[in-house]
Amino acid sequence: MPAKLQEYVTRIEALGKQLGLEYYPVDFELVPPSFMMEVAVYGLPVRMPHWSFGVRWIYQMVQHKMGHSRIFEVVFPGNPNRAYLVNNNTIEENCLVTAHVLGHADFSHNNLLFVNSQRQAGYHIVEQAAAHAHRIDEAVEIAGQRRVEAVLDAALALEQHIDIHYPINRPDYPPPKKPAEPPPPDEFHHRFAHLPGSEPPKPRATGPIETHIPPHPEADLLWFIARYGPALEDWERDIFLAVREESFYFQPVFNCQIMNEGWASYWHARILREADFLPSELYLNAMKTHSDVVRPYGTDKQIALAINPYHLGFNIWERVVADYGIDGARRVMKEEDDFGFIRNYLSAELAQDLDLFVYEAKRDGEVRVTESNLHELHEAIIGPKYNFGAPRVLVDDLRADGTLVLRHDHNSDGRGLEPQRAQRVLEYVHKIWRRPVILYTVDARGEEECLRA
Amino acid sequence: MSLSDTLAGEHGNRWYDLFSRGTRDWLRHNEKIREAVNKALPDLIAHSDVLSRPEDRTVQVPVRFMEHYRFRLLNPQQQKGAGQGKVQPGDVLRPGQGRGEGAQGSGGNEEGGVSFVMEFKVDDILDWLWEELQLPNLKPREGSQVEIEDYIREGWDKKGARSRLDRRRTIKQAVKRRAVQGESAVPITNDDLRFRQLVKRQQPTTNAVVFFLLDVSSSMDDHCRKLAKTFFFWALQGIRRQFVRVETVFIAHTIEAWEFQEEEFFKVHGEGGTQSSSALQKAIEIASERYDPSRYNSYLFYASDGDNFMEDRHRARAALEALAPRMNFLGYAEVSGRHHQRLNTEVGVLFRRLQEQGAPCGSYAISNEADIWPAIKAFFTQQAEEAA
Repeated sequence: MPAKLQEYVTRIEALGKQLGLEYYPVDFELVPPSFMMEVAVYGLPVRMPHWSFGVRWIYQMVQHKMGHSRIFEVVFPGNPNRAYLVNNNTIEENCLVTAHVLGHADFSHNNLLFVNSQRQAGYHIVEQAAAHAHRIDEAVEIAGQRRVEAVLDAALALEQHIDIHYPINRPDYPPPKKPAEPPPPDEFHHRFAHLPGSEPPKPRATGPIETHIPPHPEADLLWFIARYGPALEDWERDIFLAVREESFYFQPVFNCQIMNEGWASYWHARILREADFLPSELYLNAMKTHSDVVRPYGTDKQIALAINPYHLGFNIWERVVADYGIDGARRVMKEEDDFGFIRNYLSAELAQDLDLFVYEAKRDGEVRVTESNLHELHEAIIGPKYNFGAPRVLVDDLRADGTLVLRHDHNSDGRGLEPQRAQRVLEYVHKIWRRPVILYTVDARGEEECLRA
Repeated sequence: MSLSDTLAGEHGNRWYDLFSRGTRDWLRHNEKIREAVNKALPDLIAHSDVLSRPEDRTVQVPVRFMEHYRFRLLNPQQQKGAGQGKVQPGDVLRPGQGRGEGAQGSGGNEEGGVSFVMEFKVDDILDWLWEELQLPNLKPREGSQVEIEDYIREGWDKKGARSRLDRRRTIKQAVKRRAVQGESAVPITNDDLRFRQLVKRQQPTTNAVVFFLLDVSSSMDDHCRKLAKTFFFWALQGIRRQFVRVETVFIAHTIEAWEFQEEEFFKVHGEGGTQSSSALQKAIEIASERYDPSRYNSYLFYASDGDNFMEDRHRARAALEALAPRMNFLGYAEVSGRHHQRLNTEVGVLFRRLQEQGAPCGSYAISNEADIWPAIKAFFTQQAEEAA
């Protein structure tokens, strides 16, 4: 790292602490853009190999070549945080990015979802993911690429289907309770059993207790398959659990994106504003970059059909700080995720100031702005984020012959699953489950539909 | 201070420069596509226009990115989203496009919808095909005088031209000698040198000539030509696999016959009737002028819709019978848009007669793309049997 930048980084950190940021130490590293591109695709610097990442990577390459995307930084929460800056950024950009990273570090240290996820998935996700990748490479050596790929096809297809309400090292379902012993005979029970005019009670059934697995519909498909799959080998279970562990890390990142990016943008703007040690020219250039990052539309457009999370988050945080003070804002930062953040703090007034609107896209491609109230706007923003962005598919039953019965909760999703894709996913799962796999959902008319593999 | 300090030396060579995970996974994706394409290959090639650029010896096949499937909700009739900008309720931001193209509008990042062109080497395709269709390899005609003298490598000597130094043998000799002589031995001496030697031997010739005869009379429409062209192409590729040097002769005919260059050959359109004998005569002329049967393996393919003038029957038959002994194999492809062919046409009957007389020949009816592969397969299998 150039000495100049190193010096600024030290002073920016000091200023951040002074302004009340709390975080685990941050390791900064300068990396080439190609590295950033891979991080953007894989989500982690070293991650398990899978051909589907290759497809995303080529998209990213094409987009990058066409100049549509630029990645400034990426930071992985943990202790220490690992922050990567692009080595061909200007020093202005990297000053801004440093302050931005501190905002992220503060967020991940304090936000309860992040705190919980780190306590669960560990403080070294970068190294852990690299270790998973290494273990999978070993599995390839032993079992061969085809078999490992089949496991990853299934596990990564179910990547979003976890349940963070249970701990990451989740115990098995509790064994069914034994029926209570009949109470010892005494005077009362004797008289109770022989009430005048009533039949004597039948003796309780004493056969084996009916156990149903799962005891309740199970959302954590990765865990369930790893734990209850009738014919998985150990290394296959291991891969499922590795994917699950990474999902535990990704989930809060996904659920807090607007808040987190907004928070970091708020802090880079504030830190740079208060950093009197930066030359004024550097500050100006950095603020130019800032306004590029948090602007709502592309350069030549007046209307965007998606909301820039940096822009939206930044503006909500400015408003929250103005209304509740910085301590109030910090409390909000700790306790909310995007769902609560949008519902509670994106007011009608702010939505109007920001020109937010709701549109309807029809199948034929027509996009029309609709009359909408605040609630509809909130739902349009956070709708795609429910349930980690995936349809709710639950394990319904594990039959005695090993058949896995999945059920899609179409009521809460509002409509059924797309049958061709669902069928393919079932085929992935079936290869690993090695017993019949059944999925119930509804078709376009709302009639129950049963897919089998 | 960070990963790079612990994992890399001072001068670059950082750990992440050593490999690109993105490239690795992208290549794996392409490999999977190749496997998938491989399975559907005969279909794909029959339909793609492989012959438009025969000099490249590659085939371009459009393929889609593979999609890693996940559970997804049914496409709703209307999808709501949030946007930003100065608009009024009721504004139409993007007009509908009528029917179809639906998914494009709602999700621009539809990965499944993007396709790209993959290039396959014709040689690779042939290898796959030979494996897939379990085709036998062609053999040069045996028992004939199709032999030439050639130098081949045989044995080693201590003297020879430098270019024929066999390094492996030389080192082996040196190792053996040093093992005997012990510590003080010189690494390599002149005595260790081994040179490959050449001797003259009779070799079956590896030259081949392929005659392509095409009926271009007005009854041969574009569909027929395309079938003929595809059949010719793959037959030729198969022959190329076996022989070092393959020469080609292209003859088109109506009631007259002309020789053409490859590029023009398939563009020729003729008028009027059909006399097969003209082309067969032409082939005889060219064969006797340029291709000495003792030096060339000769193949002949004739594509026609089967019509021939009645009065030409005897001449055609005579010409075929004259031609047959010169050829390793004669193939007749009857192309037409009609189904239910039984090779009962004029030309079909001619070739059947010839086959009954024990000449090495075969007939194939091709009325659509799907018939091409069975025809190719039949040709190579039959040819191998004849040669054996």
